[in-house]
Amino acid sequence: MNEFWEAQVELKWGEPKPSYDVVIIGGGGHGLSTAYHLATRHGITNVAVLERKYIGGGNSGRNTTVIRSNYGIPEAVRFYQRSVELYRRLEEETGRWIMHSERGLLWIVHTEAGVRAERARAEVNRAFGARTEFVEPEDIGRIVPGIDLNAGGGRFPVMGASYHFEGATARHDRVNWALAEGAMQRGVDVIQRTEVTGLLMNGNRVTGVRTNHGDISAGVVVSAVGGHVTSVAAMAGVRLPIRTHPLQAFVTNHYERNFDPILASIDLGFYVSQTARGEMLGGAHIDPQPSYSYQSGHHFISSLSRRIVTLLPFMSRLRVLRQWTGVCDMSPDYSPIMGRTPVDGFLITTGWGTWGFKAIPAGGEAMADLIATNEVPELIAPFALDRFANDRPLADRGSAGTH
Amino acid sequence: MSLRITCSHCGTRPIEEYVYGEIFDVPEPITDPDARDVDRGFFHNNPEGPVREAWFHLYGCRRWMTIERDTRTDEVLG
Repeated sequence: MNEFWEAQVELKWGEPKPSYDVVIIGGGGHGLSTAYHLATRHGITNVAVLERKYIGGGNSGRNTTVIRSNYGIPEAVRFYQRSVELYRRLEEETGRWIMHSERGLLWIVHTEAGVRAERARAEVNRAFGARTEFVEPEDIGRIVPGIDLNAGGGRFPVMGASYHFEGATARHDRVNWALAEGAMQRGVDVIQRTEVTGLLMNGNRVTGVRTNHGDISAGVVVSAVGGHVTSVAAMAGVRLPIRTHPLQAFVTNHYERNFDPILASIDLGFYVSQTARGEMLGGAHIDPQPSYSYQSGHHFISSLSRRIVTLLPFMSRLRVLRQWTGVCDMSPDYSPIMGRTPVDGFLITTGWGTWGFKAIPAGGEAMADLIATNEVPELIAPFALDRFANDRPLADRGSAGTH
Repeated sequence: MSLRITCSHCGTRPIEEYVYGEIFDVPEPITDPDARDVDRGFFHNNPEGPVREAWFHLYGCRRWMTIERDTRTDEVLG
């Protein structure tokens, strides 16, 4: 966060106390959202959020800020639709402008199989409360000026798309800061540059955390870590079905026209949206090998650019301004993992892969409900860690988009 | 990522020519056969540090090789 914005939001940094009711590891979107909802919905404010570096400095500041609920299975549509609704009123609720902009999302398909899949998606979405419609190529031509409906000289003909009305973007840093500010105003301690190096255990119960600034005891410890979650869970002896992969993205220089929709093509393997500054933001697949390195590469720029200009020829006039990499905790079924672990007093919210930003409000709200009531909310019950051993995985790979 | 992997047959080649393969390793303490199956099916070591992994040189000599890589830095150790 730069000094200018630090002056705009009223962040009161806390000093760590020896003991808290709830300690949340990870000052990213999900950790701050959990603290925010604990404070606002349940009046639980004896809470610390511990962040290794600075808030929103991990993957909450590296994502591509898409908010949507066009998933393929009922459990996921319901959950993400809740998040869409919470995002809609987050500005009003926090009094902070998060640059939330609902602009519609198009998932373009280039094959008959894709047409069938997107028609099915539209039906599932409508049945569970999201607004998605299948649109024909001529409509797409109207919604997306400049698209080549006969992309790649006919190799990737645009055969239709599912149009998701709730598709939106927001400024990710502002979401983090708004939630941090809201939590801090109510007495939550957000503590930066504090790394959790171990967990204090008593039998099969986590009783606190060991940090580089001393031990902190806690009634409940929540891991809202992105990236290094496998190592944090291992401190409690919990094994996770997670592999951490890099995901790269880039933005171009300013595009002089409005490009309203968020556009994705799974077959071509890319998605683009226009940022508030007018830059065109492009993203693609995760890298195949697990890594924590945040390294970016030239191969990504060249291959993604080639695929984007196949469908959007006007993008060839733009220049890549900068690129970056985040890391994604990929779960085997492409659905998140939220709730209890086999260790008492140790809760987890992880498996946010390439779909974590959109879930920040609903994920935090549900985790706060779980902590406050000690009952797993119905909304997230299907996303429990034990679903893999119980033969109840929530396979939804097709809805992760380009992942 | 601009990782390069040295193939004993083709020399040092960019990572885009290769296909990644995880070497599965169920921890010894998991002895229950069902638990071992679940672990092998879904769970991962996902280490931060050196890891042994397999790569298939798809756009090259089409052979598998095993390398050691540090996942914190992407440095190939051997």
